[in-house]
Amino acid sequence: METPAIPVPEARSAVPASLRGLLPVLLALPVLALFQWLMSDAPFASYLLSVVGVNIILAVSLNIVNGMTGQFSIGHAGFMAVGAYISGVLSLNLKDVALSFLPVAVSDQVFFVVSLLVGGLAAALCGFLVGLPSLRLRGDYLAIVTLGFGEIIRVVVQNTDAFGRALGLSGIPQTSSPAMVYFWVFLTVLVARRITGSSHGRSLWAIREDEVAAEAMGVDTTGYKVRAFVISSFFAGIAGALFAHFVPIINPGSFTFVKSMEIVVMVVLGGLGSTTGAIVAATFLTLLPEGMRSLFTLLGAEGSLAQKVDQIRMPVYGLLLVALMLARPQGLFGTKEIWDVLPRWIPRKRRGLA
Amino acid sequence: MSDAQVKTLGERQAFPPLLSVDGIKVHYGAIQALKGVSLTVGKGEVVALIGANGAGKTSTLRAVSGMLKPSAGRIQFNGHDTTNMKAHQLVPRGMAHAPEGRGVFPNMSVQENLELGAYLRTDTSGIQQDLEKSFTLFPVLKERRKQMAGTLSGGEQQMLAIARALLSKPQLLLLDEPSLGLAPQVTEAIFRTLREVNATGVSVLLVEQNAHLALNAAHYGYVLETGEVVMAGPGKALLESAEVRRAYLGE
Repeated sequence: METPAIPVPEARSAVPASLRGLLPVLLALPVLALFQWLMSDAPFASYLLSVVGVNIILAVSLNIVNGMTGQFSIGHAGFMAVGAYISGVLSLNLKDVALSFLPVAVSDQVFFVVSLLVGGLAAALCGFLVGLPSLRLRGDYLAIVTLGFGEIIRVVVQNTDAFGRALGLSGIPQTSSPAMVYFWVFLTVLVARRITGSSHGRSLWAIREDEVAAEAMGVDTTGYKVRAFVISSFFAGIAGALFAHFVPIINPGSFTFVKSMEIVVMVVLGGLGSTTGAIVAATFLTLLPEGMRSLFTLLGAEGSLAQKVDQIRMPVYGLLLVALMLARPQGLFGTKEIWDVLPRWIPRKRRGLA
Repeated sequence: MSDAQVKTLGERQAFPPLLSVDGIKVHYGAIQALKGVSLTVGKGEVVALIGANGAGKTSTLRAVSGMLKPSAGRIQFNGHDTTNMKAHQLVPRGMAHAPEGRGVFPNMSVQENLELGAYLRTDTSGIQQDLEKSFTLFPVLKERRKQMAGTLSGGEQQMLAIARALLSKPQLLLLDEPSLGLAPQVTEAIFRTLREVNATGVSVLLVEQNAHLALNAAHYGYVLETGEVVMAGPGKALLESAEVRRAYLGE
């Protein structure tokens, strides 16, 4: 019996493969420069935008573990704290050092990037150390271990003089800018996208679908889970490091279990497995308190309700989640991305083996 | 020590050796699931492992395929010591495991499931050929190529699990309870295909509760009881033995 062959998708592109990876980065740089110029006169707006950006990085990176791989990590704020404190301490120590052959502003940025990377790598190392033993376990155990890790980090910071104990670290040079934050947002999304489209992403997807079957197919399940976890922790560390360089003070109160849950809520709300969903939900949930504050002020409830927004926020998140679970249990986007729901004439992601 | 208690019936047909399991023990915490199981599978042979619930059939299979680490004993596959190897090292060496309860990837299409079966292969044209082959073996999968695997019927999912395992081009196929929860006709169809698969030279180590079906299909069989092999013999001989008939065939 004649059976038609299954078409093999052929690669089509005029750009050489080595440059293709770099292209989006080159495109992003002028956009970010323009963005920076527009923002330079609005300190509150740039602060808010930076917070949104940091939360996007956190949500998109957590989605690599919780969404794409189907594991349940609830200690993301811990990795964020590692990045924030390590890079914060480093920047504090390098504060008065400058590269003499560069203008001061440029030299500051060089040190900033170095301290970001150190923060990210420190968090990635923690991710590896936490992930290696706990990712061999299945299901809820990872949640418990990551929860414990987040709390351990917080308690360690609270009791270490070098990290400023409960008072926190202040005086970290404010070298961050929305452009830098969004450059990392962009890199995080790019990496997440690349993972989804690669055979690496396929393996993660198989693990998410059925870990035993994935193992039987020859997927090195522990190895892939640990790698996903390390990548995710790295970007959480970067997010923390960025955060440390635009807020006046970092203290253990910024990295509590509540912060971890906030990130989980973002990922769940956006749809486990959807990078687009994580971005949208992170943006929405970060701006929500600001929106509520403005709304209460407009309604004339100034002073009372408007100041309590930070406390009202959590029950509102809870209600949102309940409503979501009833109306759309798979999250806003499910596992889909924006390009899956765009009109047909826009080129789509190819399905099938990458 | 447990070897002494194995009651062997009849003569075993000679096959060149492929898998040999020698006195493996498996513990789940304090509970000992396997108390020293030994068995062999030859090249081109179908071997059935029968026994009641909790006898250790699935544990044996999982230890062989590298999903469980035995606490004692030795496993040799194709002349190599594979005792401490993990599944992802054994698949490229020619061992495929279709786990219990089918374990298809529910939110992937039939085709994507099959492609994942060829996860560690890089020969694109060979994969294409084998995909076509599995569609001839299981025509129903071709009809449902684009359908999500989770929406298939139980029998179709079992067929998919077997087809997917075969796509790694195994020399030895480990099958865990292929008849689980399936209608008798569907089960028979699956066993018929299994014979076809075996005719192409693939050895099969089959775990079954349905002793009648399994022993009919197998060249050789082992009877497991509470973590030990208690009886062994050619499929037909076991089927005719009074003890097996009483214990597993309800007579």
